[in-house]
Amino acid sequence: MDNKDRRKFIKLGLYSSAGLLVGSFYAFSKREISPELKKYEDLLKFDWGFIVDTTRCIGCGACVRACKIENEVPDTYFRTWVERYEINNKEAVRVDSPNGAIESFKKNNYTDDIVKAFFVPKLCNHCYKSACTQVCPVGATFHSPDGVVLIDKEHCVGCGYCVQACPYACRYINHEKGTADKCTLCYHRISKGELPACVNACPRNARVFGNLKDPKSQIRKILHQRRYGLLKPDLGTNPKCYYIGLDLEVK
Amino acid sequence: MDPSHGFLFPNELHITWTVMIVLYPYITGMVAGAFIVSSFYHVFGMEKLKPIARFALVSSFAFLLFATVPLLNHLGRPERAINILLTPNFNSAMSGFGFIYMFYMIIVFLEIWFSYRVDLIERYEKSRGIVKFIYNIIILGNTNDNENTRKYDKKIIVFLGGLGIPVACVLHGYVGFLFGSIKANLWWSTPLMFIIFIFSAIVSGLAVLIFLYLFIHWRRKKVINQESIDLMSKWLWGFMIIAVTLELMEILSISYERTEKWAILSKLINHELKISYVYLQIGLFSIVPFLMLTVTSLFQSLNNNLRNSLIWLSSGLLLLQVLFMRWNVVIGGQLVSKSMRGFTDYFPGYFDKEGLLVSFLIIITPFILLRLFDKIFPFFGKKELVE
Repeated sequence: MDNKDRRKFIKLGLYSSAGLLVGSFYAFSKREISPELKKYEDLLKFDWGFIVDTTRCIGCGACVRACKIENEVPDTYFRTWVERYEINNKEAVRVDSPNGAIESFKKNNYTDDIVKAFFVPKLCNHCYKSACTQVCPVGATFHSPDGVVLIDKEHCVGCGYCVQACPYACRYINHEKGTADKCTLCYHRISKGELPACVNACPRNARVFGNLKDPKSQIRKILHQRRYGLLKPDLGTNPKCYYIGLDLEVK
Repeated sequence: MDPSHGFLFPNELHITWTVMIVLYPYITGMVAGAFIVSSFYHVFGMEKLKPIARFALVSSFAFLLFATVPLLNHLGRPERAINILLTPNFNSAMSGFGFIYMFYMIIVFLEIWFSYRVDLIERYEKSRGIVKFIYNIIILGNTNDNENTRKYDKKIIVFLGGLGIPVACVLHGYVGFLFGSIKANLWWSTPLMFIIFIFSAIVSGLAVLIFLYLFIHWRRKKVINQESIDLMSKWLWGFMIIAVTLELMEILSISYERTEKWAILSKLINHELKISYVYLQIGLFSIVPFLMLTVTSLFQSLNNNLRNSLIWLSSGLLLLQVLFMRWNVVIGGQLVSKSMRGFTDYFPGYFDKEGLLVSFLIIITPFILLRLFDKIFPFFGKKELVE
């Protein structure tokens, strides 16, 4: 092989690998999903639900950070947070959630022996019979057809009655906007087929999000296999956030 | 420093309903109470209350005009307040608020108009120029005043007063219901709440009328109508007994049942609200006026000056009692964490948007307005001057 042929070969190789590289950018890059609205009938095929596996959570706070960034949640308020429960050898219980566990947990509450400890992530339960939508005087908060409790921020008057009515303290008044605010299950993401930011960020798959109307969905499978609990079931709100390994101490 | 102690859900660090929401039921309480007192004369014809009936009606109106001010100051988006009338969600206990409030406002306004019609015509005829023109608009150009029109006016007043009593009870009982129906809040959630609110409203209405009546008459050195003051003070005594007993019965039953919530509510009463509830609301502002009113109601031999001083003092204390009751309900309920594991803390601040200075201004304005009303339409006749 003379020099010319070699040069030709290298050129061809370079061009073709460059072509492959550029082509693969196109092939693997995500297309912008067209922002066309889903029809009402299509939305009715979904009933979004949530599972929190308290046995898997390690309290790293990645979900809280992800939520804060994704949803521009104001300081000292939280759409999701993580609680830590520690029980010592005297059976005393300490619970904390420093700044919603956005920076995880730094040190133990007890200096003596801790016999049991676990983390419980919390978020809006998107209850079937939500107290917050019941009490909103202007109808600014509502159930979307696909089962998410949302707030119309163009309509909310900021009276705070929903904040009082939520038994789980999932709502707050966003003082910059003057309206109520809370977890939307990242509605802007899930309507594009993506996962909520907290689910995406969880390194332990402690958060599962899915369609409760789909019998083949992962969420339904887990609910069929595992034992779970609900928060404050006696209040009749019928939450849609299912807690696996829920301890009696968690309220 | 973290002001809270125990465990709070992170969103509970700051309370949502501030001292503004304390003032709202306080002011509407006086509205409803004063109106009911005026109706005792207008509807039930208790002649002993005649000297105070008009004053009661106009006081009710003056407070009513300012009742929504604290609410608007508290709303995150006050410019959207009209939404409550435009798109009411009738599943919500709060949605009827705008309608009831407006309905009540119309009733009170009409009742005042009818009860002042004769005076207005008199003033129209005496006045000149632009003032005459204004009076002409107010009386709607109708100068008819004779036996028949007076009879008709009275009929209307009786009708409006009669209609107003249940509406006043609804207006205020409803505020109690707003709190009592919140199942998420351990301190609020009780069906007794709206009954307690109605009785405390009557207490504050009676108390504010007695307080102002005696104050004005002393200042202007006028003769006090002892009969009506005695009657009102006895009612005040009775209604405060009912209001305080109901509230204590509520706590007694929670504590006796010893359900889960008593563990945290007992701490609320014994620590967080120890001063404002136990010492002030129940101790100083309930038991002390109760004892004083017991003396003035049972011992007829007491001289009038001493009796009136005691009545005046206890009505003032009871006004504070009701204010503290509103505070202990509205703020107290929010101090308890929904996790049932801790408490948050609250101080309104002195010069904040929803602070103490603004609260003071909101409370004081209806009284200033009353003074202005009195300048235009004197509540009490001039002939009663002490010689």
